[in-house]
Amino acid sequence: MNRHLYVLSAVLIALSLSLFSYKVAVLGFPVRPQEQRQVWNVEAAVSFDSGPAAVKATLRIPSLTPGFTLLDENFVSRGFGVSTRNAAEGRQAQWAVREATGRQTVYYRALVYKDPQRIVEDTTPPFPAPPVLDEPSRVALDGLIAEVRRQSADVGSFTVELLRRIKAGESDPYVSLFIKKRSTSAERAELATLFLAGAQIPARVAHGIALRDQTGPVHPDVLLEVHDGVQWLYFDPITLQQGLPADFLIWWRGDAGIADLEGGSDLSVSLAVQKNLFDAMLVAERRAEQHGSHSADFSLLTLPIATQAVYSVLLLIPVGALVIMLLRNVIGVKTFGTFMPVLVALAFRETRLIWGLVLFAIIVSLGLLIRFYLEKLRLLLVPRLTCVLTIVVLLMAGISVLSQKLDIQPGLSIALFPMVIISMTIERMSIVWEERGASESIQEGIGSLLVAALAYVVMGNTYLEHLVFVFPELLLLVLAAALLIGRYTGYRLLELRRFKAMAPEGGK
Amino acid sequence: MLFRRYRELAAEGVLGLNKRNGDYILRFNPRPLYPLVDDKLKTKRLALQAGIAVPAMYGVIETQRDIRRLPQIVADHKEFVLKPAHGSSGDGIIVVAGRSAARFRTISGELLDDDFLSHHLSNTINGQFSLGGVPDVVIVEYMVQFSSLFERISFQGVPDIRVIVFRGYPVMAMVRLPTRASHGKANLHQGAAGSGIDIATGVTLNGVIGNEVIAYHPDTSQPIAGLQIPDWDTILDISSRCYELTGLGYIGVDIVLDRDLGPLVLELNARPGLAIQIANRQGLLRRLQLCEQRADFAAPVPQRIEFAKHEFRHPVGPIIEPRIIAAA
Repeated sequence: MNRHLYVLSAVLIALSLSLFSYKVAVLGFPVRPQEQRQVWNVEAAVSFDSGPAAVKATLRIPSLTPGFTLLDENFVSRGFGVSTRNAAEGRQAQWAVREATGRQTVYYRALVYKDPQRIVEDTTPPFPAPPVLDEPSRVALDGLIAEVRRQSADVGSFTVELLRRIKAGESDPYVSLFIKKRSTSAERAELATLFLAGAQIPARVAHGIALRDQTGPVHPDVLLEVHDGVQWLYFDPITLQQGLPADFLIWWRGDAGIADLEGGSDLSVSLAVQKNLFDAMLVAERRAEQHGSHSADFSLLTLPIATQAVYSVLLLIPVGALVIMLLRNVIGVKTFGTFMPVLVALAFRETRLIWGLVLFAIIVSLGLLIRFYLEKLRLLLVPRLTCVLTIVVLLMAGISVLSQKLDIQPGLSIALFPMVIISMTIERMSIVWEERGASESIQEGIGSLLVAALAYVVMGNTYLEHLVFVFPELLLLVLAAALLIGRYTGYRLLELRRFKAMAPEGGK
Repeated sequence: MLFRRYRELAAEGVLGLNKRNGDYILRFNPRPLYPLVDDKLKTKRLALQAGIAVPAMYGVIETQRDIRRLPQIVADHKEFVLKPAHGSSGDGIIVVAGRSAARFRTISGELLDDDFLSHHLSNTINGQFSLGGVPDVVIVEYMVQFSSLFERISFQGVPDIRVIVFRGYPVMAMVRLPTRASHGKANLHQGAAGSGIDIATGVTLNGVIGNEVIAYHPDTSQPIAGLQIPDWDTILDISSRCYELTGLGYIGVDIVLDRDLGPLVLELNARPGLAIQIANRQGLLRRLQLCEQRADFAAPVPQRIEFAKHEFRHPVGPIIEPRIIAAA
C-alpha cells in the first residue's frame, strides 16, 4: 500500500513539475508577479498619391525574424482591402482599392519582443544558379573567387574577405568592374550575393531595423545572410562584423525595396520604433496561442476578471490547508475546527494581520461573554446557536459603524469575517471552557489564532498567490504532500515534549 | 537534540498519535463497527447479551418530553448517573449522589435544581456533547459504589481502570485516579492521576499527573504504587472478551470496581489515548509489535490472557527510572 502511495505521489509531483516547467521554459509564463517584458511597437507608414484608377500597394512585412517573436500585428487603412500572402522572399501585405483620391497612408503595426530561443524555421537553401554574365565579367568573377578562396578557410572567412574587397571598391582590380561609385550598403550586399552565387554559396540580403528607443523615422539597415551548409551567418557589409546584432529585427529579404506601388505615384515608406513595457502574462498568453498550445486556452486567465479574482483566492485555500495539515500532523498543534483557521486567515487578507487578530479577539471575547449570559437563560442548542450567530453579526455591524465614525479603515473589512465559523468557534470554546476549564479553552483559542496567522502569512504571499494562479498544476504538489503526510506515522513534534518522561534522558 | 529525543522515543517503543491512527486504528478498527462503541447504549446492550457486567440502566431520555420523566425514572434511586450516550472524554456526565430538599446533589457537592438539570438534558439531547453535534440520548444509570480500596488514593469521583486491548490481547493497563484538580473526574487531560498496572499481577506502579511522576496521591498523600487491584483476572477476562464483543482490534476498555458488584464495564473507546504510556512509563508500540510477532490471534480468551501475563510482566523492556516528586 505504501508503494502504491509513493508511486502515486511521484506521478503527481512529476506531472505538476513538468507542466510547470513547460509553461515557464517554453511558453514563458512569468514566475514572478507583475513581471514586465520589453516589447517593441514597430510601424511602417506607407504613403502614396493615388492614381486615377485602382491602386495596389505591397509592403513586405516581417516573417522570419531570428531573435524576435512577433506577438501581434495589425493593418490600419481606410477603405482599402488588405490581404497578406507568402511570397518566395517572405510575407507581403497588400492594400488595394479601386478608387481613391489624394494622398493615402496605410499603416502596418506589429508588436515584437526579444526571444533568444526563437530559431528560424528556415530550410537549407539550394545551391544558387551561377550568375549570367558577359565574358569579361565572368573572367573577373572567376579570378576574384579564386583569389578570395586562397585567402580564406571557410564560408565565414570567405565572405568577410569578399566584403572587404567590395568595400575597397575601385581600388580592387576585380571588384572595380562591377561596382558603381558611392554604392549603398544594399548594393554592396547585392553584389556580394552575386559573387557568392558564383562560388556556389547561398546568400541573400536582409533588410531590417535596429530596435532602440528612438523617436522619429528609422532607416532600414542591411545585413548579408550567408548559408554555410548548416546555418545562416550574418555579416554587416560595411563594418564586416559577423553575427546578428542583438537588437536587429529582420524586416524583409531580397533585392527589392520594402514596398511597391501599382497605379499610384510618389511612394514613401517611413518606419518607426517604440519601446513598451507589457505585462509578461499577456506576452506568454499570446505566445501560447501562437504555439498552438492549449494550456492557455484552458487556463484560468480565460475566465472573466471577476471570476479570476475569486479563483486567485480559492486556489490559495489548499495552500492554507497544507499549512494546517503540517501544523496539526507534524507539529501537533490543536485548533478549534479542522480548517477554521484557513477561513479566518482568508478574512485576514482583507483586514491585514494585526487588525484581523484584534477584531477576531474582540468578536470572540464579546461573543463568549454573551454566550455565558445565554447559558443562564437555558436555551436549547439550535436557538442558542442562532442567538450567538445573530449577535455576532450585530457585533460585526456595530464594529464597522463605530470604526467608520472613528475613521479606522480596517474596522470596515470585519464584514468579511466568516461569521458562522466564528459562532461555532464561540460555541466550541464555551463548551471546552465549561468542561475543561478556562485555561485549556483560551490556550486552544490562541492556538487556533496563531495557526490562522501563520496560514495568513503563507497565503498572503503575493509571489505564492501568483504561482498557484498562473500554475494551478502546482496544487498537485499540495496533493502529493497530503498523500505523503497522510502516511506519516512518526512522532509529532509536540509529542517529543509530551513523552519527555519516556526518554531515558528526559528525566534529567 | 530533537532528533535524539525522537530516536530515544522510537527505541523505547513509544506509540505516537500518527502511528496509532495510521497503523492501528485505521487498520484494525473498521469504521462500520464504530457505532458499537460510540453509542454507549449499544455497548451496554451488547455487553449484557454477552454476559459482561455493566452498571444497571434505570432509563433512557430520548426526547424533550422524556426529560419530564426523569423524577419518575430515578424515583427509587437516591444516587444515579446521567450520561450522554455519544459523549467523549467524560464530557456532559453528571453524577448525582443524593438530594437536599428538591435539589439534586452531585458527587462534588454542587446542588442542582430541576431547571438546570432539564436544561442540561436538553442540551445533551440536542448533541452538545456528541461528536459532530449529532442528536443524542441520555442514559440514566446506576452510580458505582467504588470500593474502599481506592478511597485512600482518589479524590471524590470514581477511579476507573483502562485496559488497552489489541486484537483480544490486553497489552497495557492503568488506573485513573480523580484529584481535586480534575474536579473528581477520572480524566488525565483534566488533571487526574494515572498509574500503570502490571498486567501480570494487577499491582499498581507509580503514578503520573500530566508528565510528572508522582509516588503519592496529591490530595490524600497516600502512596499510589504497590496496590493490588482486586479481581484482576476477571478484569483481564472482561477486557479480552470485549474484542469479540465489538470486533474492533484496537480499543480501550474502561472498567470500574464496584464495592458489591465487582468489575463493571463503563464504556469502550475506539480511539484510546496515549497517556497510558506515561502512566506505565513504557512504550505501547513495543508491546503491540510483540503481539504481532508472537501472538496467535485465533486463540481463545484464557490462552490470550496467559500470553499477556507472561509477556507483559512489568517491566517489558528496560525500566525508565522515574523521577519522583516528594509527597505533599
